[in-house]
Amino acid sequence: MTAAAGRAVLSIRNLRKEYRAGQPVLKDISLEIDGSGLTAIIGPSGTGKSTLIRCINRLVDPTAGEILFEGGDLARLSGGALRQARRRIGMVFQEYNLVERLSVIENVLSGRLGYLAPWRAFLRRFPDEDVARAFDLIEAVGLEESFATRRADALSGGQRQRVGIARALMQAPALILADEPTSSLDPKTSVEIMELLSEMSARRSIPTLVNIHNVGLARRYAGRIIGMTGGAVVYDGPPAGLSDADLKTIYGGEDFL
Amino acid sequence: MTAATLARKRPPAFPASWTSRLAWSGLALYAVYASSLMELTWPRFLKGLENGAKFLDRMFPPNFEADKLELIRDGMLESLQIAVLATFFGVLLSLPMGLAAARNLAPPWLSWGARGLIAVLRSFHPVIVSILFVKAVGFGALAGILALIVSTVGFVSKLFAEVVEEMNPKQVEAVRATGAGFLNVLAMAVFPQVMARFVGLAVYQFDSNLRNSTMVGIVGGGGIGAPLFTAYQRFDYDVVLTILLVIIALILLCELVSGRIRRVFQ
Repeated sequence: MTAAAGRAVLSIRNLRKEYRAGQPVLKDISLEIDGSGLTAIIGPSGTGKSTLIRCINRLVDPTAGEILFEGGDLARLSGGALRQARRRIGMVFQEYNLVERLSVIENVLSGRLGYLAPWRAFLRRFPDEDVARAFDLIEAVGLEESFATRRADALSGGQRQRVGIARALMQAPALILADEPTSSLDPKTSVEIMELLSEMSARRSIPTLVNIHNVGLARRYAGRIIGMTGGAVVYDGPPAGLSDADLKTIYGGEDFL
Repeated sequence: MTAATLARKRPPAFPASWTSRLAWSGLALYAVYASSLMELTWPRFLKGLENGAKFLDRMFPPNFEADKLELIRDGMLESLQIAVLATFFGVLLSLPMGLAAARNLAPPWLSWGARGLIAVLRSFHPVIVSILFVKAVGFGALAGILALIVSTVGFVSKLFAEVVEEMNPKQVEAVRATGAGFLNVLAMAVFPQVMARFVGLAVYQFDSNLRNSTMVGIVGGGGIGAPLFTAYQRFDYDVVLTILLVIIALILLCELVSGRIRRVFQ
């Protein structure tokens, strides 16, 4: 299933993470993410899905291994070079992680902070074309224009996650990471958010890596499923190929089937 | 069976704490001992009451003569200006100081350095700091302003650092993940979370500075304190009362205004 190395947007090689020495949470993971579509990572809680995603944009520092992205090794970057790489990676969070006291459009414009001089950020002097794009994105993720000046803490969970997605898209990223984007949402809203993520991924051809607990949603929206258990990849293939036996390997036991 | 249950000895629901009994009786004994040492006797207290009655009697009526009022007005204006300037510069300094002392933003060497400095600034009462500055820069408002800047930085930056440490790290993480540099993270993730409470602290400190600015004059730091002290020494208790009334009026007025300001910034 892995794409040719030359076409891959992201190549993870032998990635290892130990929070405590000798107890790896990620055991030498190797993955290639190619140029399109939505890839879902499934697996039980505590299996390192979140750690894997956070290693990619270095919210967590990996212990060993390589993360090749746009000609550099993310695992070894620091300072300005790391910030430049992060500008190209959008992230969507389980609890949305919007800045609650800022307006919707300020949150969306945060996606441009990697390109903005500090005095402009302090005075909110964003370039006109960025502001225009932010309005476009607010509408593109399904919110009305009038939401732009409402404070983020006045929004519902589904609306906040839409703003979170708009913020990620505002970065014009080459890759989107989504860490449990539907886990804080009701079932109906979860479907809407997954729909939006897969639509944006396809239409803007941004490969998207999604951690998700809901196997049904993963099957429905992902073009590829990666099953993890105990810090290692045990399934990597299309949703159609994911059998009950595979799920048993991933989650252990069979009562849930 | 029921009788047996009742008869069974249960542990006491409110067990006696001998440590706390001992501590309380120790404290009571010490209070008695210290009072005897200070010659706090009933006759002495009655004599004090008698003296207090004479003092109150000489305060009334308050003195509203024109030349006194002019003196009081100038003193109060100077006190107000001391409070405003000390708050402005003190709060301005507290902003970087508080950020430097916040352990979730600054590296350990910086936060420990800032914390140490804040501890030193906080270790003296404003009166002692005022005396130091009067000796260092001479009599007048400058000494008072500098002294109150010290206490402002000590108070505001310590509490501001705590506010920064209590902010939601997830919001900061999300903005950092966009590739934003440190200053941009401050502008769009840290300040929006902490500014309302920073303004609250600054306004609170202004109230406190206004109170203290009436005091720095007693040791030569400018403001209403000097005329107040002089009036005490000359036994002009009617002038003392006028000054006290004006101070009360000004403080109440400022509490009213600062309450409004705090509500706006919620």
